[in-house]
This record gives sequence, structure tokens and C-alpha cells, in this order.
Amino acid sequence: MDSNLLSMVTFTPALAAAILAIFLRGEDAAAQRNAKWLAFGATSLTFIISLFILNGFDPANTDFQFVEESTWVLGMSYKMGVDGISVLFVILTTFLMPLVIAACWDVTHRMKDYMIALLVLETLMIGTFCALDLILFYLFFEASLIPMFLIIGIWGGKDRIYASFKFFLYTLLGSVLMLVAMVAMIFEAGTSDIPSLLDHSFASDTLFVLGFEIIGGLQTLLWLAFFASFAVKMPMWPVHTWLPDAHVQAPTAGSVVLASIMLKMGGYGFLRFSLPMFPVASDLLAPLVLWLSVIAIIYTSLVALAQEDMKKLIAYSSVAHMGYVTMGIFAANQQGVDGAIFQMISHGFVSGALFLCVGVIYDRMHTRQIDAYGGLVNRMPAYALVFMVFTMANVGLPGTSGFVGEFLTLMGVFQVNTWAAVFATTGVILSAGYALWLYRRVVWGDLMKESLKSISDMTIRERWIFAPLVAATLFFGIYPAPILDTTGPAVSNLVTKYQQAVLDTPSRLEVAHHEGQRP
Amino acid sequence: MNATDLTIIAPEIILSLYAMGALLIGVYAGKDRLSPLLTMTTAVLFFVVAVVIATGVSGTNVAFQGMFVDDSFARFAKVLILLSAALVLLVGQDHMDRSKLMKFEYPVLITLAVVGMMVMVSAGDLITLYMGLELQSLALYVVASLKRDDVRSTEAGLKYFVLGALSSGLILYGSSLIYGYAGTTIFAEIILATQSDQLALGLLFGLVFVFSGLAFKVSAVPFHMWTPDVYQGAPTPVVALFATAPKVAAMVLFARFAHDVFGGSVGDWQQIIVLLSVASMFLGAVAAIGQTDIKRLMAYSSIAHMGFALMGLAAGTDTGVQAMLIYMAIYVVMNLGTFAFILSMQRSGEEITEISALNMLSKDKPLYAAALAILMFSLAGIPPMLGFIGKFAVLQAAVDAGLIWLAVLGVIASVIGAFYYLRIIYFMYFGQEGEALDTAMPALQSGTFLVAAGVMLVGLLNLFGFATAVEAGALAAAQALLN
Repeated sequence: MDSNLLSMVTFTPALAAAILAIFLRGEDAAAQRNAKWLAFGATSLTFIISLFILNGFDPANTDFQFVEESTWVLGMSYKMGVDGISVLFVILTTFLMPLVIAACWDVTHRMKDYMIALLVLETLMIGTFCALDLILFYLFFEASLIPMFLIIGIWGGKDRIYASFKFFLYTLLGSVLMLVAMVAMIFEAGTSDIPSLLDHSFASDTLFVLGFEIIGGLQTLLWLAFFASFAVKMPMWPVHTWLPDAHVQAPTAGSVVLASIMLKMGGYGFLRFSLPMFPVASDLLAPLVLWLSVIAIIYTSLVALAQEDMKKLIAYSSVAHMGYVTMGIFAANQQGVDGAIFQMISHGFVSGALFLCVGVIYDRMHTRQIDAYGGLVNRMPAYALVFMVFTMANVGLPGTSGFVGEFLTLMGVFQVNTWAAVFATTGVILSAGYALWLYRRVVWGDLMKESLKSISDMTIRERWIFAPLVAATLFFGIYPAPILDTTGPAVSNLVTKYQQAVLDTPSRLEVAHHEGQRP
Repeated sequence: MNATDLTIIAPEIILSLYAMGALLIGVYAGKDRLSPLLTMTTAVLFFVVAVVIATGVSGTNVAFQGMFVDDSFARFAKVLILLSAALVLLVGQDHMDRSKLMKFEYPVLITLAVVGMMVMVSAGDLITLYMGLELQSLALYVVASLKRDDVRSTEAGLKYFVLGALSSGLILYGSSLIYGYAGTTIFAEIILATQSDQLALGLLFGLVFVFSGLAFKVSAVPFHMWTPDVYQGAPTPVVALFATAPKVAAMVLFARFAHDVFGGSVGDWQQIIVLLSVASMFLGAVAAIGQTDIKRLMAYSSIAHMGFALMGLAAGTDTGVQAMLIYMAIYVVMNLGTFAFILSMQRSGEEITEISALNMLSKDKPLYAAALAILMFSLAGIPPMLGFIGKFAVLQAAVDAGLIWLAVLGVIASVIGAFYYLRIIYFMYFGQEGEALDTAMPALQSGTFLVAAGVMLVGLLNLFGFATAVEAGALAAAQALLN
């Protein structure tokens, strides 16, 4: 088996971007067409190569697979590999990117630069999921801000400047704290190799910092630093405020990438670092995460109900759906974590598709206001059908992929914290409220608006973009086993180790609790 | 004095003789006809000397009974100083021509300043330290006010001179205290007096005075006041020099003094450096936000960067010194690239330094805009640019030395600082269409600019083992210092 497979998948898009940057000149129609086709070809090729990874991947093996390693500078190494947790994110990325490229086919403003930005972004996102060196992970994770910043800032809407700066600085502030924590971990464990760090148990003895007692000690501090980064990235309430701005201002392709893939970096981070590396701290702080998630689910669902802007509504619904993910992860049992991964994959299809749906009518009418639409079913039956599928998936209707993830996470949480699960379940009802209401206002009813009388249905290109997404959503809704079988053994391994680590340390924690109560 | 001593300081002697000879030739040839040629030969000489130093002797050689030390630490710094000074001379030539500043004294003064810097980094004695520092400073005071008929340039020179003299006074006073309490001026002997658990009060005072003076030279807060004004007023090629070679020399001298003289009492000076570092990082980040002039912005940016380099020094370990050297090397390349571009900013022959003049540069000059954007991301320390590696190295040194909170403050300052670098990108890519900027530059200048950006972008790939070589060089240098 070719051992360079992961590097090939990761760097094929970057190579295409370099070719575009160096060899393609001019802004005329021919150059734009070449840029589009090259980008589409490169992303498709990446997808095809990534299928070889899926084919060669052995789910029963819980070790990292396709590992490549070579030494590098400053004690870092270039180490790549995937396991059951990360492999699906790689496939999700490579699967979505050709569709994203196809979705910006009609862009005319600086087409070449747009393609370069998207291709570079793809490399960085895949790299984030494959990196097995702490600093390498950080490089990819953080570098992905640059193309996204440019995508929002150059091709975005009216308030794009504010949104791009907020996006960049907000997420940067989150992740620099993680950088310090990573440096501390390297110092503590003496290696930046992720597989070795997974086996290292960080100290959890109570520490005193500036007179404050830190229960869980070093683990808690490291956990909090990682949490700062991933919670912003997810995003979790109350640090989600950059997301609606970024989504509304970003161009369609930017929104899709942001919602479908970049948010998943946060969830992936929790699964790769927080849970397995700091089990004691995770156990200690899990209630916090559970309740923040519950607040996120209920609060942002209510906020979504009040939105006038379609993209903003979907953005808030994304925050709510990510609430299920964080909840499932920190339930830290098989159903919860399986469900969280499933929910992330499914959300990748569904929210991406919903943003594409908005993009379809935005391209025609140049407005995202819900008021400006109504009765679209009369002129756009195919669109109405597609939009319906994804609305239902967003609601979590059984038979769509949205249901499986929500159900599994709720089931996982129910075993850990019944009340949190009860409150979170109301989110299912609320999501039905805002999603169906949105659908009614945009699609049903009579076609009253004069400006909509001449709107045309989806083009062949648009239909082809949606076809794979519809297929995936329904297929995994009816038959989720391929995903769950892939993640299952890795998750089970993760959960077992986690529970073991928590069981090994209760005495120390209880002592800490006990001492804390002493006057 | 014997022949060995002279061989050890041969590079400095050659450069001094060259400077004097060039001065004579310049005077006899009359006017400034020869200045382009002189600039060229000076740059070439710098390159040659740098190559000789880099590939020549190894190990530690001491001359004049320890007054002059030539170790790998000094050699690392000398190579950096010589190369950056040479590039500044070449890159600034076009700009000097345009603003009619091409006087023959310019390369001569730069040569003398460089000799001063080389003596500084090799100092093994308080007298040598002061001599090198003054030679460097006096030459630089003059070049700062090279634009004689310009109020700002004159003001810059005067301000630089007065404050510089104050800092020299501080260093001299501190040195006299150290001499008084240690009874010697040789570093290798003073360190024996400072090894004791309790540092004598006079030595402590001397330490603080010398540190203050050195902080002036690296423009660390609270001794930074001269920097923005001098950067704004002095001719831009001179600013490019200020931002690179003298900063390296002063920072290296700082490390040399801290470790070679007070190496036994790290605990005593660590807190001073930590304070300087934190204050510089935050002031540099916050004060740059409101700037509209790109030269002033670069001044504050350099203050912030010195704060980060000091973070490496604050660690007080050999990894700290190594990190500081790596940081300075990357910093110099970033600044050379950025200044190569700033030098070219003009509109119908007038020099433009407003940041807003960069509006939509990406439309007219996509390549230049992309290169400048890369340099800005690198200055902000965003991966995968090389600037991040510098930050990572100093953070690692700080955490290893137990200064976690310093590292946390540093990264927070770097987020604040990221804002103004992003603002430049905002003007270039998201801004309004404005009057176009003429950024024509000669091949050498654009080459420097683009190569610097390219190095920042792909430096991490470790092409030709370059990154590994720099890392190893810095490590050898740090170990030579702490030995």
C-alpha cells in the first residue's frame, strides 16, 4: 500500500493552487474557465485518492493507519496518520470540496484568487485532520484562518470587513492559548508526538495558582486552554457570536466550507485532545460543557426563530446542532461519542446543503431576507423538493441522517445526566419550529411578489451539486452502519481508556474535593 | 598585542581600513560621483567578510587578554549584521538616488557603524563594549539626519543623539559601578565576582544601569520613545538599517552582557527582562493600532518584536538564547522584505508613507500585494509563515524556564498586534479603489522583497536543509555563550 497516500490527499489541492498562482495569467473568460476546471479537477482527484484511504482503512484496528513520519526542525516531526475518528472527516472534506467549487461556478470577481483560496483551504483542513504532531496540527489549524479571512473579506457581503476581522481575531485569541498549552505539554511530556501524548497521563494533582486552588491541576489548566480554542471554533454558547456575522457576510462557498468542515475542527479537537489526553479534567468539567450545550441548543434555537435573514437563521441552527455534538462528546460513552461524530458528518451534508439552497435563490434575487420570498414552489418545484429534504434533515426527521446523530447523542447524555438530556430534547421541537416556519415562509403559499414571477428553477449544474448531498443524507439516515462501523472500534477504545483513567484517579480527586471544603 | 590578536580582529581591521580609504577617495574624487560605486563595493565587501566569517575559523578565540571574544555566538551575529547591512545598502540605493541623498559619506558611515556593531557583539570587556557601542551610535546619529534640509530628519537625528547620549551615559555609569565593585573590566573576571549568592549592591546598581542603556538601544519599553520619531523622520533606507542590523547587535550584546557578566545571577536580572518584554509587547501592539504612517507602524512593530526576542532572553537558558537568535534572524529577513517594499512606495516621484495609499494594491500589483500580505502574516506570527516559528521558539523557551504566564501574556499581545497587520492586508485586498501607487523597483530590490516573502512562506519546508542549518547555528552560538 502506498504510504504517501495522506500526503497526496493533503497536498494535491495545494499543488493545484500553486499551479494556478504561477502559471495562470489574466482575468478574461478563458482564464476564469481554466481556473474553475483546474480547481474542480484537483478537488475531484483529491476525492478519488481519498477513496483509496477509505478502501484501505481497517476499522477494527484502533491504531493510527497510513502513518508517515519524518523529522523536521525545532524538535517537531512531520507525522500524518488517521484513525477511526479522523478518517471520516478527511473523506467529508474531500467529498464536499468539488461541490463547493461547482457552487461558485458563476463567480466573476477575481475567480482565480477565489479558487486558490479554496484549494489552499482544503489542504489546510485535511492537514488538520491528519496531523499527528502537536505543532503540525497547530500549523494547519491556525493557518486555515488566512484563506477564510480572505474569502470573507474579498468576496463577502456588505459588512464583510467587520465580519472578517471578528472571525480572525476571535478565533486567533482562542487558539493562541492552546498554543501555550501545547508548548507546556511538550515540555511536560517531552514529545510533540500525538500518539505518545495519548498514552501519557498528565498530572492531575491539585495545584495552587495565585492562591486559587485548581482541582485537577495541570490537566484542568491544559483542558481550559484547549477548550478556549475549540469552543470558539465549534462554536459553543457564549462564544458563538462571530459565527452569525461570518456566515452572513461570507460568500456561499465560504459559508458552506465554514459550516460543513471548519466547525468540525473544534469537535475533532475535543475528541483528539481534550477527552483522551485530559480525562480527569474532562470528567471534572463535563457538567459545565453539558449545560453550556443545553443552553446553546435552547437559546440559539429561540434566536433562530426570530431571524429575518435566511443565512443567519441557518447559522444559529448550526450553533444549536453543534450543541448536540459537544454534549455527546462529553457524555463520554459509546453512544454519545458515536452520535457526536455522526452528527458532525451529517451536519456537514445538511448545513452545507442548506447554505447552498440559500445561495441558489440569492444568486437569482440578491437578497437573503425571508420576507422577500414566498411561494417559490410555484416556479421552482425541484428546488422546493431539495430544500424540503434538507429542512427535514435539519429538523432531525427519522429517515434522514439528522435523526441518527441527534438520537444517539441524546441517548448518550441521558445515561449521564438525565435532566440535561430532557432539556436538550426540547431543542428538537424548537428546531422543527424554526426550520419548518422558514420553509413555509419561503416556499409555500401563493407567489405574490412581482419580482419572483420570473424566477427560474435550478439549473442542471445546481441539480448535480445537490444530488450527492441528497443521496448521502437519505442513505445514512436509513442505513447509518457504514459510518458507525468505521468509528465504532476507535470510539470504543477511546471511551474505555477514558473511563479507566477516570476510575484510576478518583481517590486523588476526592481528596482534592475534601480539602477544598475544609475551612 | 601579538600577531594572533590581530588575526582574530582581522575582519574589523579590514573594514575600518576600507572605511578610511573610502573616505579619502571620496574626498579626493570630489562631489558624489563615486557614491553608487562605493555603495556597491561596500555591499560586496560586507558579503565577502560575512562569507569568510561564516566559513572561517571555528571555536572560541580570545584576543587582547579577553577584551575581544570571537566565538560562534559573535560570529552568528556578525554574519547576520553584515548580510543585513549589505542588503540594506543595495536595496536602498534606488531610493537614495531618487531623494538625492546619494552622498559618498553614506556607505562610509554605514561601514563604520557595522564595525561598531561587530565590536559590540565581540565585546569581552566593559571598555570594548562601550567603544563598539559608541562607534556604532555616532555613525548612526549622522545617517539619521542625512537629509540635512528636512526638518523631520534633523529632528530625528537630534532626538536620537540626545536620547542615545543619555543611554550611553547610563551604560558608562553602570560600567563604572561594576568596575568599582568587581575591580576589573574583563567580563571573564567580573563573572567570578557575581557568582556569589548575594550580589553586591553596587553590582546590582551597575547591572540595572547597563540594562537600561541597552534597553534604549533595542528600543524596549519604557526606553522606546525615540523609535517612532526617528523611524518617521530618518530617510527610509536608513530606517531599514535601524530596524535590522543595530537591533541584532544590541540584542546580542544584551545577551552577552547578561550571560557573560551576570550569568551567575540569572534570578537577579530575569525579572527586569520580563518586565521589559511584557511592556514592549503590549505597547508595541496597542500603540501601533492608531498609526496611519507605515514607517511609524513599523517602529511600533519593531518594539513589539523586541519584546518577543527579550522573552527568549528572559528564559536565561541556552534554549532561550537560541530562540532569541532564531527570532532575530527571522525578524531581520521579514523587515528587510517589508522595507524593500516601503522604499518603493511613491506617487509621481514623491515618497508616500500613508498606509491608506496601499488601497487595492492587489488590483494593480497582485504579486507585490501577495508578497506583502505574506510578510504581514509572518510579522503577525500566523502559521505556516516563518514568523510563527520565531514566536514558537521563544514561547517554548519561556515555558521551559517556568515563565508560563509570560508566554500567555505574549500570545495575547500577539493577537492584539495581529489587528494592525491585518489592517494593511485590509487596505490591499478589501479597500476602496484609490489613486494608484507607483511601486516600480529595480530588480535587486524587488528580488529582495519577493525572496524575503518566499522565505517566509516556504521556509518551514526546510529546503536544502536551510532551516536546520540556522537552527543548528543558533544552538552552537547559544552554547558558546553559556559555556
